[in-house]
Amino acid sequence: MKSHINLRNVVVALVAAGLVLLPLYSQLSGNIFILTLFTRIIIFALAAASLNLIMGYGGMMSFGHAAYLGIGGYAVGILAHEGIGSGFIQWPVALAVSALYALVIGALSLRTRGVYFIMITLAFAQMAYYIASGMSRYGGDDGLTIYKRSTFGGLIDLSNRVQFYYLCLACLFGGIYLIWRIINSRFGMVVQGVRSNEQRMQAIGFHANRYRLVCFVISGTICGLAGALLANNTDFVSPAGMYWTRSGELMVMVVFGGMGSLFGPVIGAIFFLVLEEVLSQFTEYWALIMGPLLLLVVLFARGGIMGLLGRFSRV
Amino acid sequence: MVLVEQSLNGLQFGLLLFLLAAGLTLVFGIMDFVNLAHGSLYMMGAYFAATFTAWTGSFILGVLLALGATLLLGIVLEFVALRHLYGRDHLDQVLATFGLILFFNDAVRLIWGPAGLALPLPAWLTVPVQILPGVFYPAYRLSIIVVALVVAALLYLVVMRTRIGMLIRAGASNREMIGALGINIKLLFTLVFGLGAALAGLAGLMQAPILTVQIGMGENILILAFVIIVIGGIGSIRGAFLAAIFVGMIDTLGRAFLPDLLRMVLSSAAASTAAPALSSMLIYLLMAIVLVVRPEGLFPAAKR
Repeated sequence: MKSHINLRNVVVALVAAGLVLLPLYSQLSGNIFILTLFTRIIIFALAAASLNLIMGYGGMMSFGHAAYLGIGGYAVGILAHEGIGSGFIQWPVALAVSALYALVIGALSLRTRGVYFIMITLAFAQMAYYIASGMSRYGGDDGLTIYKRSTFGGLIDLSNRVQFYYLCLACLFGGIYLIWRIINSRFGMVVQGVRSNEQRMQAIGFHANRYRLVCFVISGTICGLAGALLANNTDFVSPAGMYWTRSGELMVMVVFGGMGSLFGPVIGAIFFLVLEEVLSQFTEYWALIMGPLLLLVVLFARGGIMGLLGRFSRV
Repeated sequence: MVLVEQSLNGLQFGLLLFLLAAGLTLVFGIMDFVNLAHGSLYMMGAYFAATFTAWTGSFILGVLLALGATLLLGIVLEFVALRHLYGRDHLDQVLATFGLILFFNDAVRLIWGPAGLALPLPAWLTVPVQILPGVFYPAYRLSIIVVALVVAALLYLVVMRTRIGMLIRAGASNREMIGALGINIKLLFTLVFGLGAALAGLAGLMQAPILTVQIGMGENILILAFVIIVIGGIGSIRGAFLAAIFVGMIDTLGRAFLPDLLRMVLSSAAASTAAPALSSMLIYLLMAIVLVVRPEGLFPAAKR
């Protein structure tokens, strides 16, 4: 039997433990900034994990995942603006609208393959961006401030930093558990089979596109949850947050971490956002370094950080 | 009167989009390479033109220098980074060129500063021209139409009637074969990429006097160019041309007339909020419809 103790799994366990213990460190050291930074990172990790589900396992290169962040966020923002503050209403709506959007977009986009698919998802996300910019009742281009975070009837207080952090972390771990269950289920096997050889799966009698579409919708729904979290985190939602560069960043996180590895997107999100934070403390022009770095990762480090760790643990 | 003017605006915008989309679709059709940084070359064309025009004091000289500079930049870019990405996954190409966009945007911010630049027109291009009795149209926009049409015709002639064009088409249909026949395929790719870069730069610098020269100017229009090559069929220059005109017209006419049209069916307030969003969406709706009917685009290039 293959040993489960290797470098990769040790790193994953350490990172997970670190995330769980982070609020403790923040309390002891009085470093509040690290808690807010990592709340953001965890939310993006959830979004990246959802993207990884379709990119890494389904072979669908969606370049429009930021749209779900925006949709989830706007669902929370608009309902809060209209006086419905309960998270029990806001969050299911956020998930439902994301799922519906994914269903429509997916049904259209999945008629295409490869680079067409990348561009179609990108274009639809831009469409969502323009719709958001056009909603003048909800701030239009300027975005919408959320004055009160979602309430959960006293069950949990989202304005409490630590409670909100753990809520986000629970969502992340829950999301990853769900994805793990999916990829190891019959359904997930079919989706991965379709990625490797669509014709063969068709020939065996699977409707490849139906499986793909369901996978696409699940991914979008999880990302919508990340959007609802993000809106609560920033108390603000704006079209700028669903601009196509945001979709690109999510892709970068997935690839940095290692596409098609369960925990990779989390590592990738930590790496990307911490690097961004560190670089922007040195220089305002952090993208001057990030851009070429990305090029180098693509050229020389396929499989991302998880791939590198895997390579070391085999030695 | 307004209709004529807006149609010309649409045509002008469509032709600009064609210049951008032509480079994109050439590079894609021949090298099978997705280049997101194409929009950055568009932006660089505009910045170069603004800078060189300010240096030399002559619009024409500035434009010519800027064209040369973008061509050179494209060749350097291809030589240093992009040629290593041919034959790789499209995702790799998208990510690597996304990295280049980040790089170019910040490089421009570092060099030229965050504020936009203006590219002033010489006096002889600012006069309105009478095109029909009683209808005046800005000379500059008219000259964009003329230049773009000439470039489109030249492109057609080069690709369809010259030896280089023959090699380009041969390369598009079978790369290995023309390599085996003794053609320097690497050089050919570099040239095609440089040509695409120059076309993008030309589009950027011609648009510059109408809008301001600013960071990120290449991004929105890049996505439009992608929509165009998806509608037109990836790799097809003819498809790109027709789709570009179509998209340019729809975008411009939608913006111009949709508010009034909506006002007939909706209340004035509702129309003025719905119209901008709807006209921005029109193109994407069009693309969705095209994809549902013909997933390969309207004029797919010959199958490889």
